[in-house]
Amino acid sequence: MRIAIASGKGGAGKTTVATNLAVLSAEMHRTVYVDCDVEEPNGGLFLKPTGLQSWPVELLVPRVEREKCLRCGLCAQICQFGALISLRGLPFIHQRLCHGCGGCAQVCSAGAIREEPRPIGTVVEGRAGELLFLEGRLEVGEAWSPQVIRALKKRIPRQTTAFLDAPPGTSCPVVTTLSEVDFVLLVCEPTPFGLHDLDLILHTVRAMNVPCGAFINRWEKDEDSVERFCLREGVPLLATLPDDRRIAEACSRGELLVHSLPEFWPLFVDLFTRLLERTDR
Amino acid sequence: MKEIVFVSGKGGTGKTSLMAAFTSLAKNPVVADCDVDAADLFLLLQPQQQQPHSFVGGKQAHIEADLCLREGICQQVCRFDAVRRETDGRYLIDPFRCEGCGVCAYFCIHGAIRLVADQAGVWFSSQTRFGPMVHAHLEPGRENSGKLVTIVRQEAQRICQEKGRELLLVDGPPGIGCPAIASLVGAGLALAVTEPTVAAVHDLQRLLELVRQLKVRIALLINKWDINPIITTELEALAESQKLPLVGRISYHPSFTHAQREGKTIVEYGGPVADEIRQAWLSIIHEVEANGPEH
Repeated sequence: MRIAIASGKGGAGKTTVATNLAVLSAEMHRTVYVDCDVEEPNGGLFLKPTGLQSWPVELLVPRVEREKCLRCGLCAQICQFGALISLRGLPFIHQRLCHGCGGCAQVCSAGAIREEPRPIGTVVEGRAGELLFLEGRLEVGEAWSPQVIRALKKRIPRQTTAFLDAPPGTSCPVVTTLSEVDFVLLVCEPTPFGLHDLDLILHTVRAMNVPCGAFINRWEKDEDSVERFCLREGVPLLATLPDDRRIAEACSRGELLVHSLPEFWPLFVDLFTRLLERTDR
Repeated sequence: MKEIVFVSGKGGTGKTSLMAAFTSLAKNPVVADCDVDAADLFLLLQPQQQQPHSFVGGKQAHIEADLCLREGICQQVCRFDAVRRETDGRYLIDPFRCEGCGVCAYFCIHGAIRLVADQAGVWFSSQTRFGPMVHAHLEPGRENSGKLVTIVRQEAQRICQEKGRELLLVDGPPGIGCPAIASLVGAGLALAVTEPTVAAVHDLQRLLELVRQLKVRIALLINKWDINPIITTELEALAESQKLPLVGRISYHPSFTHAQREGKTIVEYGGPVADEIRQAWLSIIHEVEANGPEH
């Protein structure tokens, strides 16, 4: 079972929810926490995994052997990204623009284009107690977050409960994270920004046809805009975490709420039970 | 023209609220919302929308069922696992996986695959109570947000030149990937809005590395400093040791949320935080004018 934790807005509390849920789940099931926010992965700061191992994530990019080139220019014709352009028939490559589709190497009948791996990030694996920890980490300066997320997701073991901590936003890195998950938990704050971004991520999730539920973070008793939105949109509200300065302070130190503020343990147990009910069907 | 880009690495540190507050203090600014994935600035600046322009993102492969002989070559050549074989034998493109590389279209000898341009969003050139604003709406789940960021920024820069405005304030996206790079390339000053949390400090380090690679000048602003005064001290030490100008520290205060609910900037809303923001703005202006390169 794969559950993604997402929100259009950054800083809504995705990592807080995902790490606490994963720690709790690991007490009962084989569980893996998967940090898909590869641009800024933070889950490890809370879970403090040990025994870390890492693997490079590579993109296959072309290299030209000029002496074999017949100057037909097909490689430049097939490249949709301007990564390979032809000057008087000779190909020139801008590696950072290359998406690694392999088109140029496949069309070259002269065998003048070889592909070689270019590192764009790493996948890290470790353990935090019973919990398996996986993290993708994009190299600084690289733009290929979805490619790192794809490589990361290939390492999720079968027959585990996986919690995927999604990146903020609504575009390709989020879509790559949400593809083939069983359920999405939408984390949202009851503010105009939070509500607007909840609407955006809900559109994304619906376009992808994945069931979802909502989690209100920094919930305030006199503010019911998110509750009303969920009711109107038919999104089940699965849990609320109150606006409490102690939570903000514990999170600032990299502490797990289920450990440092045990009064919230039942809240996460309840949420976990509801998630199981929704994904068992 | 001087361009200040608000970035943070970590999301939710207060980029948009602070950027809007500075907009209400700036003299004749132009503003751009480059967080096109989750554009929230309009909620505070409430632009009168003018002139929507359509944004064509990348391309997507499309299989013409009539022409397809179901040989599956497309599936073999696709590196992105975007071609799916249905149980009835039909081949379909998964639009959420398709990279738009066109390799399948090239190798389909029956010409059954076309590359179709994807209308991925719209961008607007609008007017706010503080001046012109360029912003966009990316259709949820679409690609090429970096390309849309570039369009929004270039349009805002063009308006600055056309109207002779001196200052461009840009609300950037979280993260350090494609849209963040597109927001920062060639900017006059990157204003990193951070907060004293272990996550924000971790993310700031990666952002600083990116900004250095891009050779953009950087200044630091600590938001919600009193959430964790110990980490704030560490951030101040970091700024000192790396010679990063620190333009201010802002308290954690409910007026951020209250102002947002009223559709106002924090400066318009008032209260103690507004004074801290005025102070910070003076430092930012000083920083921009000290040695910022002109565009």
